[in-house]
Amino acid sequence: MDLRRANALNSTRTSHVTSTPAAESSPSVSSLPDKPLVVIGPSKSWQPVGLRELWHHRELLYFLAWRDLKVRYKQTLLGIIWVLLQPLLMTIIFTLILGRLAKVPSDNVPYPLFAYSGLMLWTFFSGAVSVAGNSLVGSAHLITKVYFPRMIIPIASILARLVDLGVAFLILVGLMVYYHVPLTARLLLVPLFAIVLALLALGFGMWTSALNVKYRDVGIALPVLIQLWMFLSPVVYPLSFVPLQWRFIYSLNPLVGLIEGFRSVAFGGKFNWIALMISGVSTLALLLYSAYIFQKREKTFADIV
Amino acid sequence: MPKIINVENLSKRYRIGKRKAKTTSLRDTLSGVLRSPLSLIQNDRRADEQDFWALKDVNFSVEQGEVVGIIGRNGAGKSTLLKILSRITAPTTGRIQLYGRVGSLLEVGTGFHSELSGRENIYLNGSILGMRRQEIDRKFDEMVAFAEIDKFLDTPVKHYSSGMYVRLAFAVAAHLEPEILIVDEVLAVGDSRFQKKCLGKMSDVSKEGRTILFVSHNVGAVNSLTRKCIYINDGRVVTIGNSRSVIEQYLIEMNGQKNGSAGTLDFNRRELSSNAPVRITNLWINDGADGSPLIQMGDPFTIHIQLEALTEIRDANVTVILKNSRDEKIAVLFSWDSGFFLSMQPGQQLLKAQVEGLFLAPGQYLADVGINQSTETLAYDVILDFPVFTISSDAHVTHWPDRPWGAVHCDRVSWQMVN
Repeated sequence: MDLRRANALNSTRTSHVTSTPAAESSPSVSSLPDKPLVVIGPSKSWQPVGLRELWHHRELLYFLAWRDLKVRYKQTLLGIIWVLLQPLLMTIIFTLILGRLAKVPSDNVPYPLFAYSGLMLWTFFSGAVSVAGNSLVGSAHLITKVYFPRMIIPIASILARLVDLGVAFLILVGLMVYYHVPLTARLLLVPLFAIVLALLALGFGMWTSALNVKYRDVGIALPVLIQLWMFLSPVVYPLSFVPLQWRFIYSLNPLVGLIEGFRSVAFGGKFNWIALMISGVSTLALLLYSAYIFQKREKTFADIV
Repeated sequence: MPKIINVENLSKRYRIGKRKAKTTSLRDTLSGVLRSPLSLIQNDRRADEQDFWALKDVNFSVEQGEVVGIIGRNGAGKSTLLKILSRITAPTTGRIQLYGRVGSLLEVGTGFHSELSGRENIYLNGSILGMRRQEIDRKFDEMVAFAEIDKFLDTPVKHYSSGMYVRLAFAVAAHLEPEILIVDEVLAVGDSRFQKKCLGKMSDVSKEGRTILFVSHNVGAVNSLTRKCIYINDGRVVTIGNSRSVIEQYLIEMNGQKNGSAGTLDFNRRELSSNAPVRITNLWINDGADGSPLIQMGDPFTIHIQLEALTEIRDANVTVILKNSRDEKIAVLFSWDSGFFLSMQPGQQLLKAQVEGLFLAPGQYLADVGINQSTETLAYDVILDFPVFTISSDAHVTHWPDRPWGAVHCDRVSWQMVN
């Protein structure tokens, strides 16, 4: 090879001769493992969820979530205020309509506080489900160019929303002080509820995001379904508002146990253990099912997205 | 040297029908299931003609430290191969064993966000490409220096010029340190000075013992960076071997020289008049067994122009403009200037132009060829940007990848010390 020889000739001046393939002489070459690090084959229909792989890519998860947050606030003048505006405005509206006019009960908590706590959770949940559901389609440019566990994409989009929820929660604490609701040690359980809620959103969002890659109808139908879901959840009215004979069926909605449970943690009151159990079990089941669906479809994303 | 990549019987099928209906609507699937409820269970084998094999029975292996070029036409399957190797998409059959970490660079600036600053994008892009945070911290200054953007580090990249953007993106990618680096056509962007810098960086990387798979249409770059090449056509491996001979074969087949396919020529033709009395029907360099479009720098070469006249032509002029891959006109051959006046009877005839003493710098050359009757009127027939040959430098010329070659090579110089 003429160019090689010329190269070698050139590099003698810079004092390292490379007349043989450079690798042999280079100290940076490590010996290869006996077994291949990666074996690539046709996609199998079932594989265990790659938790190790996810852990390995945790920094990417962090950076993607950080990007979502940063980009969202970078160009807006009011920044974080937008996050609070939606639940606050809705609280005012529902307080006027339901609290004042319709006199909807609120379990001995001032109605604005009651509505805000529900709307805060609801805003997080609906936002998380819809960003996660559209996250894969929106990240087509990444999916077709780089490898990483695709599950990171919906997870990161939800993580970013979780930060918003944290800020919204601080406002709730402020409102509680304003309405003289005592702050108790039970508030320490709040993160647990936030995590389960996030996992529920992930279960739902991961599933819809995987379907959305192939069936774009899902992305269109999602907002409508989410809207309906709100009125089937105790967001602006309490569970006690639901007629007794319907209460069990109503509680099959996993959000019921979580929202009601959150309120009893924040404002005191009895835990609805049955509803909480239903929430926990259905969250876990949905999460496993959607992880399975996601994993199954993962390898085809790049081809069809 | 041990094998670091081992590819066995690799095939990838796309269902064309499926592909066309990229975003299948739920309704179609539902109505399909209603019409034939068994289709879901039966795994729906469609007729073969709807299958498109992007890759078929590909076998090769790469040794540690090798730099391997992958060449082929557009749609030959190069990108599919790289996508499978980078685990972006799964093969239909076959197996790949990788004995090292893979970093792939299928695009410059994957995941760059225009609202984020240069600094932020370095971290984002780095982690998308698989770098650890500490690794990015450690190489940060080096990347910034490589990209030459230090003044704009905290400016959102949407305000960057396209050159700055590409430099930054490549700077991140160039500092990737996997054992196997997969690079696709990323050098096609950026200005030529930066391209040279990237080529230099890549050859440094290969000297460190990194294994590189390199796809490029820039045959010159492939030739100077690699010693082994895989030529892929229609999803199959045509040849694997010494870069220079593989590239030669590829260029010959590309330009359809052996069997003179006029189809490729028509692609470059500009119809200036509908009833031109003369047409160029084929165009190639050199002849016979030596019909290679790869020319050693300084060697004489012969341009062959196959002509077909419909009516008699008298005293026309033939112009050949040789351009390099940066679209700079390097040499103009004006037949009247060399005392040649084209005259021919109706029918086919072959015109040869032997060129000597033209020391073109290494690279790919394109030709514009035209035939005209006078300098004031439009040409009869014009072929634009037709790839004709590649010049490579030979052994006695000192060469390094980022050498500023200029347009022509000049070594006929008498150097002399005068007291």
